[in-house]
Amino acid sequence: MTANGIFQIVFYFAVLILLVKPLGTFMAHVFQREKTLLDPVLGPVEHFIYRLARINPNEEYNWKENALAMLLFNFAGLLVVYVLQRFQQFLPLNPQRMSAVSSDSAFNTAVSFASNTNWQGYGGETTMSYFTQMVGLTVQNFVSAATGLALLALIIRGFARHSMKTLGNFWVDLTRSALYILLPLSFLLALTLVSQGVVQTFSPSFSVPLLQSTIDINGAKVTEQQIAVGPAASQIAIKQLGTNGGGFFNVNSSHPFENPTPLSDFLEVLSILLIAAALCYTYGYMVKDTRQGWAILAVMMIIFFGLLSISLWSEQHGNPAFTSLGIDQTSSSLQPGGNMEGKEVRFGIPNSVLWETATTAASNGSVNSMHDSYTPLGGLVALVMMHLGEVIFGGVGSGLYGMLVFVVVAVFVAGLLVGRTPEYLGHKIETYEMKMASLLILIMPITVLVFTAIAVMTDAGRSTIFNPGVHGFSEVLYLFTSQSNNNGSAFAGIGANTPFYNVTGGIAMIIGRYWLAVPTLALAGSLAQKKFVPPGEGTLPTHTPLFIFWLIAVVVIVGALNFLPALALGPIVEHLMMH
Amino acid sequence: MKPQISHQNKETLGFNGKMFRRALIDSLAKLSPRSMVRNPVMFVVEAGSVLTTALWIQALSGSGEAPPWFIGTVSLWLWFTVLFANFSEALAEGRGKAQADALKKARQEIKAKRLHEPSFGSSYEVVASAMLRKGDVFLVEAGDVIAIDGEVVEGVASVDESAITGESAPVIRESGGDRSAVTGGTRVLSDWLVVRASAEPGGGFLDRMIHLIEGAKRQKTPNEIALNILLAAFTIIFLVVCVTLLPFSLYSVSTAGHGTPVTVTVLVALLVCLIPTTIGGLLSAIGIAGMDRMIRHNVIATSGRAIEAAGDVDVLLLDKTGTITLGNRMATEFTPAPGIAKERLADAAQLASLADETPEGRSIVVLAKEKYGLRGREVHEIAAHFIPFSAQTRMSGVDIQPDSSNGKRIIRKGAADAMKAYIEQQGGKFPSAIQQTVQDISRVGATPLVVVENKEVLGVIHLKDIVKGGIKERFVHLRKMGIKTVMITGDNPLTATAIAAEAGVDDFLAEAKPEDKLKLIREYQKGGRLVAMTGDGTNDAPALAQADVAVAMNTGTQSAREAANMIDLDSNPTKLMEIVEIGKQLLMTRGTLTTFSIANDVAKYFAIIPAAFATTYPVLNALNIMKLATPESAILSAVIFNALIIVALIPLALKGVKYRAVSAVELLRRHLLIYGVGGVIAPFIGIKIIDMILVALRLI
Repeated sequence: MTANGIFQIVFYFAVLILLVKPLGTFMAHVFQREKTLLDPVLGPVEHFIYRLARINPNEEYNWKENALAMLLFNFAGLLVVYVLQRFQQFLPLNPQRMSAVSSDSAFNTAVSFASNTNWQGYGGETTMSYFTQMVGLTVQNFVSAATGLALLALIIRGFARHSMKTLGNFWVDLTRSALYILLPLSFLLALTLVSQGVVQTFSPSFSVPLLQSTIDINGAKVTEQQIAVGPAASQIAIKQLGTNGGGFFNVNSSHPFENPTPLSDFLEVLSILLIAAALCYTYGYMVKDTRQGWAILAVMMIIFFGLLSISLWSEQHGNPAFTSLGIDQTSSSLQPGGNMEGKEVRFGIPNSVLWETATTAASNGSVNSMHDSYTPLGGLVALVMMHLGEVIFGGVGSGLYGMLVFVVVAVFVAGLLVGRTPEYLGHKIETYEMKMASLLILIMPITVLVFTAIAVMTDAGRSTIFNPGVHGFSEVLYLFTSQSNNNGSAFAGIGANTPFYNVTGGIAMIIGRYWLAVPTLALAGSLAQKKFVPPGEGTLPTHTPLFIFWLIAVVVIVGALNFLPALALGPIVEHLMMH
Repeated sequence: MKPQISHQNKETLGFNGKMFRRALIDSLAKLSPRSMVRNPVMFVVEAGSVLTTALWIQALSGSGEAPPWFIGTVSLWLWFTVLFANFSEALAEGRGKAQADALKKARQEIKAKRLHEPSFGSSYEVVASAMLRKGDVFLVEAGDVIAIDGEVVEGVASVDESAITGESAPVIRESGGDRSAVTGGTRVLSDWLVVRASAEPGGGFLDRMIHLIEGAKRQKTPNEIALNILLAAFTIIFLVVCVTLLPFSLYSVSTAGHGTPVTVTVLVALLVCLIPTTIGGLLSAIGIAGMDRMIRHNVIATSGRAIEAAGDVDVLLLDKTGTITLGNRMATEFTPAPGIAKERLADAAQLASLADETPEGRSIVVLAKEKYGLRGREVHEIAAHFIPFSAQTRMSGVDIQPDSSNGKRIIRKGAADAMKAYIEQQGGKFPSAIQQTVQDISRVGATPLVVVENKEVLGVIHLKDIVKGGIKERFVHLRKMGIKTVMITGDNPLTATAIAAEAGVDDFLAEAKPEDKLKLIREYQKGGRLVAMTGDGTNDAPALAQADVAVAMNTGTQSAREAANMIDLDSNPTKLMEIVEIGKQLLMTRGTLTTFSIANDVAKYFAIIPAAFATTYPVLNALNIMKLATPESAILSAVIFNALIIVALIPLALKGVKYRAVSAVELLRRHLLIYGVGGVIAPFIGIKIIDMILVALRLI
């Protein structure tokens, strides 16, 4: 790798880590309803919303009431997106005259955006009207991310509180997350992106004459090209910040109108991890022990860095099949070298791989390169990132609460190892917590493996695998891994916009989001009710390097062990065959 | 006959051939699905064994998915895996059964003399002990076996309690006070007792003990349940992993165009290797062994829950007397009042103590003899009237009739404040020098006894509390374990401070009344602490009931023993520390074996994955880093290792992981290194060795 490449990676981490504390503190203030700089501007709006929705912001609910509120709100959002798609031809802002989306695709997309997955079985610029994109999808980009943040706020309170039944008010956390965190950050980012050349317009796509005419598949002469535009910048900002990932254009952030310059690329990839990383500090702040937050961030960083290195090494190493053809893949001042298939030349290997690792770590799913074209090990990294349960940064909110479940498991076994009934932050970890934690680590692997098995066994699943064989298997595995983990990135190579994949994927996304959110809330609700157990000499500290190492081991072993056989039949065998 | 209970070697596991044979038979009986289903992990293994046996029979008929020898061998080792796990449980139970048998001999059918009136001399009828009900009053005379647990309402007798404690020296049981509880199955040696039954037949202490030891009433403890849930979750995940491998393999074969799909036998083998069979198989044995270790320390826990709680104790309340200090204080010095000769003080002190049979009294006599050459005069030599200690006067002494050389001597000794009141009431004066001496003595943790003759204060006897040897080091250990020690004493704060400092306890409660103890426990519990205490008296019962871990002395009263959740048959208050260690050991053994079990999976993947898909993707052999000979030998080696490791770890499960008093971080580091890292490495070596043996024996 070139020095320039290394510098870009290091610079990225440095900026990210520097932003963790200020943003983390700010978000903690938001969740704890403390004074912030934005109060004078947003305070009146916030209170207007409460009055309009008849919410008493000072009322708190227990975990069940909050879970119900979350489910109702998300179901309503899902329904709205579905209806918008099905009736978009009758609605305004449809200059391209897009027709109604098919029922299975509309279902998949509605679930996808409500669950913060943002898997896209459709091509944005050829399927969705501006109205659907803005009122349906962009709104869900905000509220699904805000739902994740609100859930996390409730769950953190469970870890911070003692002898209390309530966790907070979902409506208040939702409103404040969207209003104080997501909106201002998106506003800033969108304006900056516009300054870099990202499009933001209501005009329809326009056509330009081709410099050189060509012929289409029917042999007809083609002399002009349609250039798609639209209100992209506003959607891109939130898709990056809210770990949504659903691009305005089909090729996502490799499109020059979504991601035109090195600065836009840096800001967009920074936005992928920004909130998720800062939330670790927010967590530490809210449980009144910031060391706990730093320890979790360290775990995420170490695993992230490890997997990033593997992918970088593998991509930079190139494809041995090309070497045998005498193609030069070494990096030099003239070329980046390595495996550049599916990567933008303007981003090169470091920025493509950094984005790939970040987007699969953070359950974002946006791309600036095509993951399907990565070397088998590069693709494996993306898969493993998701197989870890989207807890390495993960989705905004959901990543950290997923990690907290692993913390509970790690604390439980570590407690046994030191001969003491396990406790974490003054809460005893008992049968109920282990029930919920076990349920949580169980669901995701089952969903991924069972759906993958169904897909490779049925004609409906097999018929649209364009690359049968080892790589085809990886693609199916990637598809369900991505949807079950609410990531949304795609390996492509599969015709996924079929009733079979739309419906199974939709179910996987529902399970991945809500079946996990509810038991985690229950876990937090149970912790909040527990009496405080003051830490003593015999209590295992959970911020030491040793515990960080242990938590890494638990995350990796619980994640990797489940998927090793499947990976062996996919990317691993592909890698071995290639060499 | 002395039962085995307290006389086993505590260091070795203490098994004999008979117990092994019994365990072997029991492990076969435990194959019944009804008993297996209680353990989800091993139930899955048994289901796999049945399935592979069916496949083997199918293969024998010539249409199997793999050669019969291969399926048969895999199946055989899967059955061994189940049997080894059952054997560990049976072995752990077996020792308890042997002990229970010994106890049962003490519980033969006993006749009881049921009294018509609850007093000695009333008429009685002889009934079987099973006819007695709680509240019935019965008579026990010399040579009789006490029919059922009860409270002595009348009489004093010496009782042989060796059936329970293993201690052959008889103990005194009498009505009233703290020695009024008697236990069914013990024998009255002399005199008689009138006893009111405090338990129903079959519900007595001995019965409870037998139940506990046999494990008949063994219920899973909360922590064990929590761990079981986690293990069940792993089992379900791995079940799905293995079941979905079949479609994955079918798809791979169909697209690769060559090879054969993975066989069901191999999938079952992989499943059994992956699910946490090591901990799943040994979990129940660990729990039983924990209870058993308590019993071998002569502690009867009324529930496994109490043992677990013992591992979590944060605060130990310890009675000063008998636990921290030797039960008796010793006179070490006489300090005379101004103008009084030391000899005169010594003489008076000795005279006042001649009839005092307490260890303190005797030590005064001895000190006077050794230091001042005053021989211990016999009580009858002098015309004296001895005044015993009473709680009202809080003094004792002697009245000596006038003789040729002296007038009437009225000598008293007692606590300083009592003596001060006494002398001032008589119109005498309490010298300020004495006041000073009293304070000085108190400050160093000793007890001052003031001696007075007639109206004159002669001086002060210095009674010193002797702190037990080695106790300070034990408290240091406890502190390292994160346990706070609190000394409970009736002494004044000054004395308490000095002894607390000398013994090295963290805190103390001076001038403690029983209700203070209760209050203290509640305060600690309100702060989220787990409190352990020992007690023996009736007035300890409320505090015992409140404490999380309450150990009653077997010599204690019935009410104390009922309020407690553990009973120490040796009646040794320092036992609490061992109890805490056993509790910790129990949790640690579970934790280490769980870690080991899951860590083992890494190597098993490397053994089985390349073997399972060898025909479809020969390149996967690159993962065969152990260089196992053939796909069959790889799978067999993994399965055999998985079965043998259970046997290899039975001793650890039964003995428990050794507890070390080091910090939690240090302990975690150590155990992660041994059982985590070791758990990753060990199977690589083990599987390779088994593979080499299989090849050497030409079995492959």
